[in-house]
Amino acid sequence: MPAFTDLLFYAFAGLALLFGFLCVANPFSRSPVTSAMFLVLTIVALAGLFILLHAFFLAAVQVLVYAGAVMVLFLFVIMLLDLKEEERRKMRKFTIAAGGLAVAAIAGILIRAVVAARPVATGALVEGEAKALGKLLFTQYLLPFEVMSLLLLVGMVGVILLSKKELK
Amino acid sequence: MSPGLNHYLIVSALLFCLGLFGVLARRNLLVIYMCLELMLNAANLALVAFSRFNANLNGQVIVFFVITVAAAEVAVGLALIVALYRKRRTAHVEDLTSLRF
Repeated sequence: MPAFTDLLFYAFAGLALLFGFLCVANPFSRSPVTSAMFLVLTIVALAGLFILLHAFFLAAVQVLVYAGAVMVLFLFVIMLLDLKEEERRKMRKFTIAAGGLAVAAIAGILIRAVVAARPVATGALVEGEAKALGKLLFTQYLLPFEVMSLLLLVGMVGVILLSKKELK
Repeated sequence: MSPGLNHYLIVSALLFCLGLFGVLARRNLLVIYMCLELMLNAANLALVAFSRFNANLNGQVIVFFVITVAAAEVAVGLALIVALYRKRRTAHVEDLTSLRF
């Protein structure tokens, strides 16, 4: 009988892959809102995987920022644009087949690389709690941290500028 | 079988390839952008898995920065899409052909 955490890994991984697939290629609905909802579910399943990897702070940040802010922004814009369902223009089967083949090839290469490299755990496993991450962020990674705040400022100014009606 | 680094990396690779397929095959700008975010999330999973199994917190700090950059990028990208929609009244990739050869 495998341990409960092993079952949880397979459950969360399976859910993440299922919801990812439904976000990308939903056979029942081509509306962007459906894709956004399934992406939110994928992000939450990934947060579950983060917790299994003992990255507690990152799991919380993922749910708060990614699922709670970024995806809400996506949904705002989808509602704002008020798109009708993506019409079935002539779906060139050849393009989708070629894309699927290319992606399958890349997936094959990645999985073979992972299996052949046979990575193993080295050293004691660390716990990703807020205190340890905070110590790293404010000592060793202080410059990238400050640059991030500058990046967010630049992003804000850019968004405000881009949403003006006319540039005088 | 207890999930080791292999399992997490394979999940990350599959999610990345799902996102890549979405970027190639979907025709709505917003759905393409969402599949791009899926690819970023897959990379985050790989980074956290490596950080856990190599006794190193640097991977998690990188994920912290990746999430921040993704948030800023989504804001600017969506502002661009909204501005484009205002001009062209479409969010369909096949209607935006002015740079096509």
